Amino acid sequence: MDTTEILVTVTGLALAAFVIWYFFFSARPTASAVSSSSGVQEVDITVKGGYSPDVIEVERGKPVQLNFYRDEENSCSEEVLIPDFRIRRDLPAFQTTLVELLPEKAGRYEFTCGMGMLRGSLVVK
Amino acid sequence: MATTPETTTLDIEGMTCASCAAFVQKSLSRTPGVQSAVVNFATEQATVQYLPGQATPATLKEAVVNAGYGVIERAPDTSAAERQAEIDRQKALAYQKLKRRFWVAVGLALLIMPLSMLMLWPAMMQRVNMQWLNYALLGLTLPVLLYSGREFYTSAWNGFKHRAANMDTLIAVGTGAAFLYSLAATVAPNWFMRRGLTAEVYYDTTATIIALILLGKVLEMRAKTQTSAAIKALMGLQAKTARVVRPGGQEVDVPIEQVQLGDLVVVRPGEKVATDGIIEEGHSAVDEAMLTGESLPVEKKAGDNVFGATLNKTGSFRFHVTKVGADTMLAQIVKLVEEAQGSRAPIQRLADKVSAIFVPTVVVIAILTFVLWFDLAPVEARLPLALVNFVAVLIIACPCALGLATPTAIMVSTGKGAEHGVLIRNAEALEKAHQVNTVLLDKTGTITRGEPAVTELLPAAGQDAARLLPVVAAVERQSEHPLAEAVVRYADAQAAPMLTATGFRAVEGKGAAASVDGQAVLIGNRRLLSDEGIALPAELSAQAEQLLAQAQTVLYVAIAGQAVGLIAVADTVRETSAAAIKRLQQQGIEVVMMTGDNPQTAAHVAGQVGIQRYFAEVLPQDKAAKMKQLQAEGRVVAMVGDGINDAPALAQADIGLAIGAGTDVAMEAAGITLMRSDLQGVVTAIELSKQTIRTIKQNLFFAFIYNTLGIPVAAGLLYPFFGITLSPMLAAAAMAMSSVSVLTNSLRLRGFAPAKP
Repeated sequence: MDTTEILVTVTGLALAAFVIWYFFFSARPTASAVSSSSGVQEVDITVKGGYSPDVIEVERGKPVQLNFYRDEENSCSEEVLIPDFRIRRDLPAFQTTLVELLPEKAGRYEFTCGMGMLRGSLVVK
Repeated sequence: MATTPETTTLDIEGMTCASCAAFVQKSLSRTPGVQSAVVNFATEQATVQYLPGQATPATLKEAVVNAGYGVIERAPDTSAAERQAEIDRQKALAYQKLKRRFWVAVGLALLIMPLSMLMLWPAMMQRVNMQWLNYALLGLTLPVLLYSGREFYTSAWNGFKHRAANMDTLIAVGTGAAFLYSLAATVAPNWFMRRGLTAEVYYDTTATIIALILLGKVLEMRAKTQTSAAIKALMGLQAKTARVVRPGGQEVDVPIEQVQLGDLVVVRPGEKVATDGIIEEGHSAVDEAMLTGESLPVEKKAGDNVFGATLNKTGSFRFHVTKVGADTMLAQIVKLVEEAQGSRAPIQRLADKVSAIFVPTVVVIAILTFVLWFDLAPVEARLPLALVNFVAVLIIACPCALGLATPTAIMVSTGKGAEHGVLIRNAEALEKAHQVNTVLLDKTGTITRGEPAVTELLPAAGQDAARLLPVVAAVERQSEHPLAEAVVRYADAQAAPMLTATGFRAVEGKGAAASVDGQAVLIGNRRLLSDEGIALPAELSAQAEQLLAQAQTVLYVAIAGQAVGLIAVADTVRETSAAAIKRLQQQGIEVVMMTGDNPQTAAHVAGQVGIQRYFAEVLPQDKAAKMKQLQAEGRVVAMVGDGINDAPALAQADIGLAIGAGTDVAMEAAGITLMRSDLQGVVTAIELSKQTIRTIKQNLFFAFIYNTLGIPVAAGLLYPFFGITLSPMLAAAAMAMSSVSVLTNSLRLRGFAPAKP
């Protein structure tokens, strides 16, 4: 092994380790819902290559309104799915789409794009 | 200053009763500048006409809030139809843009490819300056990257910021690496030469990959719009206007949104029924195929329900509106199909788990591929080989095929089901239906019509049926008893002449009496005749015994004090039942019948439709227990029922099918609702389920196999044995085709046609 090979190997392994940590283990931003006067828990979510915030905490038994603002034209994010609530919604680009649901049981519910690449979760407490 | 009034619609929240609506309406009407305000309690909307100078949306909102209610602020796009139109417009625009980007990439790639191949031609090579050629290629590739491929890079970067990786990440890293290497080789060839390397460029690879991936995207987008075509067609069925009869009697065309409960609506031949209601006057045949899948028009008369979006054929009629907006049958069907399309099938679980970790895993594999090739390949070729295989791994991996495998099939098939009057509640129900090996049928209303019909008219010796029938019908026309209705229907079907009966009198619990042509006519049970002291001839008596033994109801007819005949009435078997049951049996499904009737009747009906196993004398509360009994035998059981008392059994079943537009309770408990009232729908539902699951399995198999074979080959696993590596361009072609093949396979379900009885 020459020095270049050692250098490439070490860099490669470090890069692989970084990819694993970055995508699977690093901390993600969490947001709690804001309850409006009418008792609806509202959360604004920006859709741009992912969902921000992508972990949303809401309370059980109160209606939830998710305001998805799709800030891109990329076709990956054109649909949002919340399978546990049987919701599949088209998100028009550069517009806010309201999604309403009523979480009755505590738990973690995933929401994803049409192909399951972009992910977020709704944590019901 | 004269201003033209403006009209706006407000969504009101908090109204619990009709008087709330009146209260809001009053409050709005009193607001300065408001010319008229109509509040619809059912749709929870207020339609307000106001003068823009004197009233504003804000003052209108204030008026509602002052009344104690709220105004829901909606996104600028209001109605579902408008929203859909906006989405469609955007999608069409995006498709145009994508096609443009694709053609630019193809055009430039077609120039870049032959230019890159010049180096294979030594005679040419000597005349061309390599350096200049590379710069020319760079100039041609840049637009492909920055215009055609731009979205891959922005999307990958946006995803990266969210710690998310998608298909675009793979393409961006793959083509980006190839391009940056080529750029370095173009700008600083000396750096490569000093290290004994040839300064090779991969502009052709970069451009071709982008062109091919875009080709895949174009095809994918075109196919994807077809997966939801069925539900769009359903939404498009909604009538736009209704011809409402105003209190004064004049007919006015009004937009469908303004139609209110209780309005009287006129429908002429050839017109669409505007919304759901009950016919007040007139009769017609209505084509309900779009809702129920029933191909024959349905006869409608006063008192019958009509449904929005169905097509009036022959006559004209007026109906009272009973449902508007989201409560109509059409809206419910659309909602059910939409919900089903948003649900996730259990079969998809593994694919979901894989796609969650797919892209980062592929990136790691690609990095390891690079390192291994760099370490193991001969020094002079290690960098290009490592790079080419690194790119090939990134490009061949296709998470899309995995992600598309199940949902696209579910979308096509739920839409297809709705087209045939089979409403699937969720993907799980669809998946469960294909495992069914036993179907439990509730007899009444399922195998049979669930309403009495005349099966036989038996005149006594010396009497003529053709003369008897008009007399009987004349009496029964005046009665409201269900058995009497059956007799009238029978007479009408036989086109018996109309006679008039006078002095009609219903005899409680026994029958009816009237006089026709001056003769006293009695129709009823045996007690009616014996109470009147009328003897039954032995021959009629014997026939009656026989009919009773077949569980038929017998009506006795006497004219002028003499018994003249019998009418047998029974719940009849639907024409389609036997064929549908046979079809199920042919598929290896055992059909079991359950009924509250006595064993004799049960055996008779079972024999008529070819059922071997049945449960007789089942009390309504025991239906669920019978279901459990079958399940305990290790069967996967589908329950088909229509009534409220079927709900527990429907819920207990592995899959419940509610038949007929049925009761709402049954629909709630059922995984599948059959709009058409016959068993053919059960066959359709099970066949559709089988075909869909087959398609999903093919898709998943293909997607998994494609990736598990493609990635190692691209990494160069075959190289040590056969000297084979995969060119990144071939990888791009494979990747572009893989998701398209999955989609195309799902779209094959559009060709599904239920077996004809």
